[in-house]
Amino acid sequence: MAGDADRKPVLSKKIDKFFTGLASAFSFVKRFFREVFVPPYELKEVVHQCYRIGVESLPLISLTGFIVGIVFTNQSRPSLSEFGATSWLPSLISIAVVRAMGPLVTALIAAGKMGSSIGAEIGSMKVTEQIDAMEVSATNPFKFLVVTRVLATTFMIPVLVMYTDFVALMGSFLSVNANEMVSMTTFFVQVFESISFLDIISSVLKSLLFGFTIGIVGCYKGYNSSKGTEGVGRAANSAVVMAMFLIFIEELLVLQIVNAIRMM
Amino acid sequence: MEEKVVEIQGLMKSFGDLDVLKGVDLDLYKGENLVVLGKSGSGKSVLIKIMVGLLKQDEGSMKVLGQEVSTLGTKALNELRLKIGFSFQNSALYDSMTVRENMEFPLVRNVKNLTRGEITRKIEELLDSVGLPQSINQMPSELSGGQKKRIGVARTLILNPEIMLYDEPTAGLDPITCMDINNLIVQVREQYNTSSIVITHDLTCAKVTGDRQAVLLDGQFKAIGSFDDVFAHAKDGRVKSFYDYNFIDS
Repeated sequence: MAGDADRKPVLSKKIDKFFTGLASAFSFVKRFFREVFVPPYELKEVVHQCYRIGVESLPLISLTGFIVGIVFTNQSRPSLSEFGATSWLPSLISIAVVRAMGPLVTALIAAGKMGSSIGAEIGSMKVTEQIDAMEVSATNPFKFLVVTRVLATTFMIPVLVMYTDFVALMGSFLSVNANEMVSMTTFFVQVFESISFLDIISSVLKSLLFGFTIGIVGCYKGYNSSKGTEGVGRAANSAVVMAMFLIFIEELLVLQIVNAIRMM
Repeated sequence: MEEKVVEIQGLMKSFGDLDVLKGVDLDLYKGENLVVLGKSGSGKSVLIKIMVGLLKQDEGSMKVLGQEVSTLGTKALNELRLKIGFSFQNSALYDSMTVRENMEFPLVRNVKNLTRGEITRKIEELLDSVGLPQSINQMPSELSGGQKKRIGVARTLILNPEIMLYDEPTAGLDPITCMDINNLIVQVREQYNTSSIVITHDLTCAKVTGDRQAVLLDGQFKAIGSFDDVFAHAKDGRVKSFYDYNFIDS
């Protein structure tokens, strides 16, 4: 019986490999949706992964969000002050943070931290036959390893995004308060007046998409890593690169859709 | 007539251009320890991976406990897998879990209505039988190679398998630990009444653990029989040379 290696490429080896990879990724995603609704649900492992992804990321997310808030405020101030419009800073920052920067910064950090960790962990389990060991003990490794991690990233990234938004706005407030002597109440009243329900909903939906992407890409790369430690390293690395690439594309697509909704 | 627990007929498996198994025939009888010998890359591990459905053969038949493995659906395959214990070459302990969690993992997922006390009792009993009762709360990274193998065997025994498959049980171990593992394999058969296939290229392991030896060369079994039959009266030069730990390529 001829294996995949015997098959002659249709166009060229590279193009063939690209489409084969695409088909394999598609069937991986399809398998996720097939398995996610079928018991057993491995809830304990989902909670464990949520803890790892959520709580263990807090220090990094807090620091990054806070710095983003301060830096963005300080960078925007000179341009606004030319027009005597520094009072618009809270509005500008809140829109930028909630609509784009919060989800994007959180997702990129999570892709770097979680994506690589998931890719390396599952890749290493594959190489050391731990996944085979699960399978022969009549446990579905896809459900235990992939479904739980993808659910955890999908649900935790929106939570982390909201937290990043809050921390970034706090950073921004400190900067505005120090320079423009604006009180916290005034700052946050202006913040909430500027952002709409659509901003929050689109931010949450986008974060869900980013979380799903980070989880599924990390798991896919790890699950399909080739043998050896080099393969594990490559799985971790390509999980980050691929997740970041997809996050930017998704950001662009969601932006177009939300803008179209705004125009309606 | 002795009852067959595994029946293999005309089994073929290729990876790309490489033909690994070229029409393998083999039977495993109830209660026996069968050793499969062969040089690295000869397809020994492929054979037992097909047995548990981790790989699929290209052609031929693989019947385990009367069921054709390649035709089983997921549920039936998982039910069959519960009757087969697979001890991996590198133990394959879950390195993010303690020994207790490693052993609990297959048990809580496959045996319902067990109390916490029953689970602990079962784990302690098995750790006792492999001589490592003190390791229960250790992480795999804290164990030596031999200890990992023992825990790996204990983990497979927790589901009371009828068939045990050992993939290179003594690979990478010192001679004394090898002897301990060999004795453990014999002890498991006696204590748990299992039938086993031991994949190895260690002749001491083969002699101590095996009732029958099967030598896999060029994708086919070249000799099957008792240790003395296979090696003392070997007609195939390569089988004979295996005895001297030396392969001569034809």
